[in-house]
Amino acid sequence: MSEPTTSQRHRSDEGRDPHQREEEVEVGATALAAPDVDEADEKQTSLWGDAWRELRRKPFFWIGGVLAVFFLLMAIFPSLFARGADPRACSLSNSAQPPSGAHWFGYDQLGCDYLAQVVYGARNSLQIGFTGVIGLLVVGVVVGALAGYFGGWVDSLLARITDIFYALPLILGALILLRVGPEARIFGEPVPVISERGPGAIAIALVFFGWMTAMRLVRSQVIAIKSSDYVAAARALGAGPLRILVRHILPNAVAPVIVYATITVGALIAAEAALTYLGVGLQRPNYSWGLQISDGQNLLRTAPHLVLIPSVVLSLTVMAFVMMGDALRDALDPRQRS
Amino acid sequence: MGRYVARRLLLTIPVLIGASFLIFAMVYALPGDPIRALAGDRPLPASVQAALRAEYNLDDPLLVQYGKYVAGLLQGDFGTDFSGRPVLQTITERLPVTATLTGVAIVFEIVIGIAAGVLAGLRRGSFFDNLVLVTTTLLVSIPVLVLGFVSQYVLGVRLQVVPVAGIGEGLYSYLLPGFILAAISLAYVARLTRTSLADSLRADYVRTARAKGLDRRTVVVRHTLRNSLIPVVTFIGADIGSLLGGAIITESVFNIPGLGRAVFDSVTRQEGAVIVGIITLLVFFFIFFNLVVDVLYAVLDPRIRYE
Repeated sequence: MSEPTTSQRHRSDEGRDPHQREEEVEVGATALAAPDVDEADEKQTSLWGDAWRELRRKPFFWIGGVLAVFFLLMAIFPSLFARGADPRACSLSNSAQPPSGAHWFGYDQLGCDYLAQVVYGARNSLQIGFTGVIGLLVVGVVVGALAGYFGGWVDSLLARITDIFYALPLILGALILLRVGPEARIFGEPVPVISERGPGAIAIALVFFGWMTAMRLVRSQVIAIKSSDYVAAARALGAGPLRILVRHILPNAVAPVIVYATITVGALIAAEAALTYLGVGLQRPNYSWGLQISDGQNLLRTAPHLVLIPSVVLSLTVMAFVMMGDALRDALDPRQRS
Repeated sequence: MGRYVARRLLLTIPVLIGASFLIFAMVYALPGDPIRALAGDRPLPASVQAALRAEYNLDDPLLVQYGKYVAGLLQGDFGTDFSGRPVLQTITERLPVTATLTGVAIVFEIVIGIAAGVLAGLRRGSFFDNLVLVTTTLLVSIPVLVLGFVSQYVLGVRLQVVPVAGIGEGLYSYLLPGFILAAISLAYVARLTRTSLADSLRADYVRTARAKGLDRRTVVVRHTLRNSLIPVVTFIGADIGSLLGGAIITESVFNIPGLGRAVFDSVTRQEGAVIVGIITLLVFFFIFFNLVVDVLYAVLDPRIRYE
């Protein structure tokens, strides 16, 4: 039994991110699920077809999906959800009033309609979640595919670099980068995006310290797939490395990456709130749930709704993506099927 | 095994150097003048400023500064912050706090996580199993920030059963923060235990043991648990390293003066030596506990051999 040995050793090599370990288990499963394939396309649709049939029966997937669509719509069309209130129309006489029939979420300390404030916060959160995940997938897939496909010294070098980033705690690293960012100069010029303290800077900081899990996932998938017969066949037909990677290997490595990406959208949204709470993320006049939680903290005893409402909304958003990711993982894992 | 450990130890060196250099370079990029900031309203004489800048190597290029820093580290010298206080002193004060917090968190992971996982794994599909599934989903989904605030409000402010913040009441004040810090990992321990146990219960040797006439309890306790806990033990081992470095939010919410807070405060004051020193230490712990786990694997599972 040599196979479990290697997969177990792989798993123990990672540490921090609990999501990742489960992903690694996934790796073995999907690699086995894609055996000697002649018609790669047909096999794939059937993998996704099976997964969809499985997904449709999972309540977690529907709850998560409905929540995610709800918050997505809120991020794109906030004015539809704010019940006609303008987040910038504030009156101090309403300061920290509790929720009422006319103003469902009450008012914040500055007397702004809290429902509008919370609704307008969705856009920044989801934007950071999605751009962050796209960014770390791009870095992770490129670095992971190169390391896995070419092996040898390329792999050793890239794996060491990944180890370095992997050992750095995400929030601490992003904290330093975001604190340094606005003042940093490269050749005497402020760094674009990073210096602006907006959603873009936060997404970049999260990508910079968060791409490693995606890289390891892709790398191990590529290593598992590259020795399969159909890759050898493609190579024999004269396909170059780029074509083999893009057309033959990556499409088969996509399942665990999708699971990971879905859950990570939620994780990054939570990380944004944490960084903003620590004071290095979004600043006023941006709307952010993290900002609302940290502002409301001082009024926790007198106006607990100021902390509780954005907390619940933030948690529901994160939960939407975690639930969908969990359901996807189960659906894409052939061992779970009876 | 000895050679494997030696090789892994050697591989930690480039990671330590790379990680500390990365942090060092980021802090170096700060353009402000910490010496002038230190002096406040009354500017220091130029000669004093120059002497201080020389003492902290502030005029050297990045690589030279870093080289001098590493040379100091190798002799056990973590440097001093700008008020002349040794960084090592800050670390020895703060490390026990974060270590205690992590220790409490790990105990929660072991006790609650494994117990819930075992009970759920033994009765798959039961009410309790579904309860564990839903609870772990909630624990994973609710951000530490939110979980911290809400529990602080309910248990500390409203019910007043635990201290609201600080570490004034000894180990007791670590109870709630420890649980919050453990929350996400706890959920994973429970799920991992559940799947792992359910998998081993389907194994052939379990059927053999049952066929032999052993009762279910003996089979579970003597044959299955030990095997199915291997991945759980290693998960928890590696988690020690991550929790040490991941406690900053918990420490901030509950106002606990640990290593994460120290980094946070030092970032605001541009105390490069403190930031780099602490993060290098955290990276070392992270690598160390992962190495321990890999060695532990071979001890727990005799099928695994490191050549």
